[in-house]
Amino acid sequence: MIRLEPRTNPSQAMIILTPILAVLATMVVGGILFVTLGKNPFEAIRMIFWDPLLGEHAFYYRGQILVKAAPLIMIALGLSFGFRAGIWNIGAEGQFIMGAVIGGATGLALYPLNSFIVFPLMIVMGALGGFLWAMIPAFLKIRFNANEILVSLMLVYVAFNFLIGMVTGPLRNPDGFNFPESRSFQDFPAAHNPELWAGTGIHLGVLFTLGFVILAYIMITRHIFGFNVRLAGQAPRAAKFAGVSPNKMIAICLGLSGALAGMAGLFEVTGPAGKLTTTFPLGYGFTAIIVAFLGRLHPIGILLAGLLMAVTYVGGDIIQSQLSLPKASIQVFQGMLLFFLLAVDVLVNFRLRISKRNSK
Amino acid sequence: MKLLKTLMTGAALVVGLGGMAQAEDKTKVGFVYVGPVGDFGWSYEHNEGRKAVEEAFGDKVETMFVESVPEGADSERVMTQMALDGADLIFTTSFGYMDPTINVAKKFPNVKFEHATGYKQADNVSIYSARFYEGRSVIGHIAGHMTKSNTIGYIASFPIPEVIRGINAAYIAAKKVNPDVKLKIVWAYTWFDPAKEADAATALIEQGADIIMQHTDSPAAMTIAEEKGMYAFGQASDMKQFGPKARLSSIIDDWAPYYIARTQAVMDGTWESTSTWDGIKEGMVGIGDFSNDIPASVQASATALKEALMSGATHSFTGPVNKQDGSAWLASGETADDGTLAGMNFYVEGIEGEVPN
Repeated sequence: MIRLEPRTNPSQAMIILTPILAVLATMVVGGILFVTLGKNPFEAIRMIFWDPLLGEHAFYYRGQILVKAAPLIMIALGLSFGFRAGIWNIGAEGQFIMGAVIGGATGLALYPLNSFIVFPLMIVMGALGGFLWAMIPAFLKIRFNANEILVSLMLVYVAFNFLIGMVTGPLRNPDGFNFPESRSFQDFPAAHNPELWAGTGIHLGVLFTLGFVILAYIMITRHIFGFNVRLAGQAPRAAKFAGVSPNKMIAICLGLSGALAGMAGLFEVTGPAGKLTTTFPLGYGFTAIIVAFLGRLHPIGILLAGLLMAVTYVGGDIIQSQLSLPKASIQVFQGMLLFFLLAVDVLVNFRLRISKRNSK
Repeated sequence: MKLLKTLMTGAALVVGLGGMAQAEDKTKVGFVYVGPVGDFGWSYEHNEGRKAVEEAFGDKVETMFVESVPEGADSERVMTQMALDGADLIFTTSFGYMDPTINVAKKFPNVKFEHATGYKQADNVSIYSARFYEGRSVIGHIAGHMTKSNTIGYIASFPIPEVIRGINAAYIAAKKVNPDVKLKIVWAYTWFDPAKEADAATALIEQGADIIMQHTDSPAAMTIAEEKGMYAFGQASDMKQFGPKARLSSIIDDWAPYYIARTQAVMDGTWESTSTWDGIKEGMVGIGDFSNDIPASVQASATALKEALMSGATHSFTGPVNKQDGSAWLASGETADDGTLAGMNFYVEGIEGEVPN
């Protein structure tokens, strides 16, 4: 008989070990999946995990991993504060879109002004766009106690339709043959978020993300705000007595996550995506929720989780073209990884006991 | 030392790893698809074209593809990856891949690129598309005859010239044989989303449409039409298996001859940057078999229209045609030029509603 026995304290060793266990389990079960598809499992797994990081063309892929990971990490960092405090912003995707649209529109309004002020202004407006969009669920929650999960989620669809309206209307490229997309930021240097070092993929958003990881780490471990957030999540009544206003907490947490999501959207649309289109939102705002939890709502964990997700995306595309595997099989593989990561989590709080049959 | 290595690899990419993309005897051809190859529509037909290339050249060619690649940074990465892996020729099969294709092509001057349905050409980037609107004329003609409610439903994707062209062509042909015909248009803002497409089809049927046309990639609308006893047309591929009763005919994209010819050109070293816009005549646009529900007289007139489009005796846009606002566009007997068609952003007279703006 195998039993689960609660631990008195969460196992520190397991906190480190479980992600490794999960990756190994995914490799084994994923390997079986690839065998059933008639592929060499060792080759497939090497292509997913090894090639993007250390393979022949890794010099290119490593940068691309950062490009994929940066928006996920930036959004997840913002979400993690709210999630710790029990404030559930599910609509980061909408705030991401609004940041991109408001920040992007600011730049496009100044076209073709060639001034160093354009891009910093766009960053601020992007953050503001996301912030204001997140203030809607915050206001409705504070004023009418409306459920922020539903409101923020529904606002994603509103934001998406707003995006459609903007790129088919005011923001449409006047020289673009009526296609529903904005002017390319690539052709507008003052508003462009370019690769900072050619071939590395690293853009300003990647650097900002790294800065935010450090900042979030300090906030959560050293700053009174981090303490209040944790307190509000774990013991709301105690937090109240300690003078933490629940309403303020709602506004700050939603606002912070909205601003970071908006900024991520601005960096994405002016850099990797290149222009506002109806197809630039790829669901980073939703994936970031997974990244936040995979990273155990801890800044360093989120950094690693974001990078891991990005590796599976980049590696997934590599095996698709190299081994002619269908996209669905890659998605199953990625899903498996998430499943195992969550499943083995149980080992942090429980230990496995193998006991004899007759033992009571 | 490590720093030096990093700098060198970075520099190598800038200088152009294009050089690496050559070598080997096999010609490597890459395909980037916007949807899954199992969409039974747009991406499916491009993948059929890829298979035809493999069949035509056997051992001399190696193909690779990645499906469901989002337009934007991901597509740029996938194209770069294919070029790094030694592709000689890369087909990028969605409008949104336009800028990424141009960007990657700059980095790999020795790799040839072929971008579908866009308008940006370069020394190593050709563009190609099909005159789908010719097919729209034929199915519009059939729909005009077949509708009993005089209402045709149209599931549109994005308000880009290609889609608007299709709407206009279908309407002009339907109106010609049925002056009372009305077109109801739903904008789905997606190329491939079976759930949304199915919703759109249901909504159109509820609004009185008894025939559905679509400019989206999945057979979802066909399935709905079959369920509700309405008619529909196969889009991009035949789609017969999804609506044995509902399917009247279909517009079939046939990329195989073009893909084979372009691969051959790369092998022969005769590849040049070109702009191709082929129609029924060249075989890039095909019309599927007619359903037995279509009366023989209509089958005959539809076939005659198809042949006239092939021979050039008829053009899908032949005057007199006015714009929606009543202003004159084409005088009697005048045909539309390719430039106007390529940038078409207005409805013709008689279509209700506005081009989304």
